[in-house]
Amino acid sequence: MTQTVDAIVVGGGIHGCSTALHLCLAGLKPVLIEKDYAGRHASGVNAGGVRQLARHIPEIPLSIRSMGIWEKIKDLLDDDCSFESHGQVLVAENEEELAVCRARVAELNALGFTHEELIDATELRRLVPAVAETCPGGVVSRRDGAANPAQTTTAFRRKAQQLGATVREGVAASNIRYSDGLWYVAVGAETFAAPVLVNAAGAWAGKIAAALGEPVPVETVAPMLMITSRVPHFIDPVVILRGRKLSFKQFTNGTVLIGGGHLATPYQDRNETVLDWKSLATSARTVFELFPVMRSATIVRAWAGIEAKMKDDIPVFGPSSRHKGLYHQFGFSLHGFQLGPGAGAVMAELIVNGGTQTRISELGIDRFHPSTL
Amino acid sequence: MTVAPKREAYDVVVIGAGPAGLAAAATSAEAGLTTLLLDENIGPGGQVFRAISSTPVTERSQLGADYWAGADLVQSLRASSAEVIHRATVWSLDRNLDIAVSIGGASAFVRAKRVILATGALERPFPIPGWTLPGVMTAGAAQTMLKSSALVPDGRTVIAGQGPLLWLLAAQILRLGGRIDRILDTTERGNYLAALPHAFAFLTSPYFTKGLSMMREVKAKVRVVSGVTELAATGDGQLTSVSYVAGGKRETIPADLLLLHQGVVPNVNLAMSADVEHRWDDLQLCWSPVLDASGNSSVPGIAIAGDGAGIGGANAAVVRGRIAARAAVEALAAAAAAKLPAMATLRADLAKAERGRVFLDTLFRPSPQFRIPSGDTIVCRCEEVTAKDVLDSVAIGATGPNQLKAYRRTGMGPCQGRLCGLTVTELMAQARGKTPQEIGYYRLRAPVKPITLAELAAVPKSEADIKAVVRG
Repeated sequence: MTQTVDAIVVGGGIHGCSTALHLCLAGLKPVLIEKDYAGRHASGVNAGGVRQLARHIPEIPLSIRSMGIWEKIKDLLDDDCSFESHGQVLVAENEEELAVCRARVAELNALGFTHEELIDATELRRLVPAVAETCPGGVVSRRDGAANPAQTTTAFRRKAQQLGATVREGVAASNIRYSDGLWYVAVGAETFAAPVLVNAAGAWAGKIAAALGEPVPVETVAPMLMITSRVPHFIDPVVILRGRKLSFKQFTNGTVLIGGGHLATPYQDRNETVLDWKSLATSARTVFELFPVMRSATIVRAWAGIEAKMKDDIPVFGPSSRHKGLYHQFGFSLHGFQLGPGAGAVMAELIVNGGTQTRISELGIDRFHPSTL
Repeated sequence: MTVAPKREAYDVVVIGAGPAGLAAAATSAEAGLTTLLLDENIGPGGQVFRAISSTPVTERSQLGADYWAGADLVQSLRASSAEVIHRATVWSLDRNLDIAVSIGGASAFVRAKRVILATGALERPFPIPGWTLPGVMTAGAAQTMLKSSALVPDGRTVIAGQGPLLWLLAAQILRLGGRIDRILDTTERGNYLAALPHAFAFLTSPYFTKGLSMMREVKAKVRVVSGVTELAATGDGQLTSVSYVAGGKRETIPADLLLLHQGVVPNVNLAMSADVEHRWDDLQLCWSPVLDASGNSSVPGIAIAGDGAGIGGANAAVVRGRIAARAAVEALAAAAAAKLPAMATLRADLAKAERGRVFLDTLFRPSPQFRIPSGDTIVCRCEEVTAKDVLDSVAIGATGPNQLKAYRRTGMGPCQGRLCGLTVTELMAQARGKTPQEIGYYRLRAPVKPITLAELAAVPKSEADIKAVVRG
């Protein structure tokens, strides 16, 4: 029994859920297929950073588009997603790093982007009083912040469903094929058909793209995070470092999330990860040095979410270069969460209008065409 | 004094020095395997033989002959070549058999060819109204104080619940001169009938005569109310009274101390964090690891023995420890296995030790109203989440314990779900009309016990530090 819908979205991460929701807002009836449950992997267990700061230039327009949606997220989803905007601060630990920051901000300004702002030691201390005194300054993106990733992804899924999306969780999409202008995808005993297929399958998206004749240089990674017990409130913005791998965020309940991109070993087929405690110890050392107030805090839990990382660290986003009706939305390379709301909106525009005002031209899958590899 | 492990790698690492762990480590070391026994307590014994080598209670009859059987196990362990480290908290174990252990505030990493988990049992949560009040504690906690410090209650004391341990504790408190005002027995009346078909095995098991004489001993001195169907602790910031319903009649009695107990369940946190497969046990109403006849789990190299493998009691734990160790010896040094008792003998010993267990499990299967709370009763103590909060989250789309974390942070506090996990699974299963197996459990994560940031920061550096990856 084949059910015909307007679009099939494979992958219930924040990207698939956001695209499904925006398709509904545009009047389409999509089906969303997720092999586990929405937010099971990276989208539900990432650091929750809502960050325009320190992004690759090709994805900045998408990030800015997304920020506008984040700031009205409750109007869109009827859920505040625990989004808070206290800014994100990139800390330079020495003069050399500050010089790199200065050059970066100048480069962005020349391109017309003004969201990153160079700050001196005084402003850094005002924003992050607990930071070690030796740090000479950094960069701030004041509209940035953080949200609860599982809550956010679930809220997108729930709203999409309320607006008419069909959601299938717990069964993987299989037997993906194209015939007579329609994409067919099996989900257990059911089959869906639609003129549009969106590949938003995260760590599993590379396999789908390859099976459809568009192989890309992608690997599966599992960035690790750890969270501490409650400590007295001492910091508002999210802090990242220029020179070392660290991101740092205190929640309103006092717990502190420590991340930064150290990797666990993913076992993708089993939905498992094995943590690398020696690397997490490096993060702990960095925090120990930078925030003496944290030294007696306890580590309560550590984990890692499975996701896709592209060779060039920017996502694959936009129409297929080979197939009509196929769109890719994956490979967000450890920084896809903030982009989710905007990417869904832009993807819906691409599908419904055939184009978008948001500049995404450098994110296409055609950049991996055999001649450019 | 801090004692770090002498080696970086061992043939066998045993975790937990209760009955199963003591037996496993001694067996493995006797067969010549390099063996490390890591245990969280200050001395050997686990819960059942707690403080076996240090208890101030020297009058043997007070703690009973079963307790002192632990001394022989300790003796044979000490006679073996096993390396034993106490105050050692294992906080991480993974499928590569890499183990992280905190000893005296410093963490060390060791690797094993085989791991035998003997992490024992935990008391089942008993989420009644008021169970978080100061003055309400578990019977197990009271027994810990009794064994390690000879402390017994002297204020107005009520013991409520069911199960063999409840009667044992009551007997021990009375023998040491402690006070018990009333025992509220929550055993469901229908359970007696349900257990009847299994009574023959029980009558011929060692539990029977011991259990009966203990209950007689307690009932001679304390008023026991049976058939209790409702239970609540009340007080303003401190327990002042306990109210209950028995035979349709409500009664409220003043109390300074309420000891709650409704059986024990496997302590699964370390095994689950290593991704060992578990299944819902519908008789024991808990998660148990999926094991083969030698105790091997779904993760190659990890075996589980003792109550952590499914509740079986101390005698069964000792035999399961020997079986798991023998299997390790067979795998690593087959020739040495000839010295050990044959597997068939051990399995026969186990069958004998497990006799009567089904009867006990059926008789003492806790009733739904004491496992699945409602309304304002707290479910998750760490984050103060009520039963109603959980149901509200289910109503807006939380489908299982892991989604519930995002809504309510249940299970994300320092106890890592030990005090709420079973309640959350059963409550969500009931609300969604699913089985506990379908609802599932928290995905548990290391560190299984919290460690300080300073301790983690002091771990030696690795070459991975240098690798550059874009930050998230």
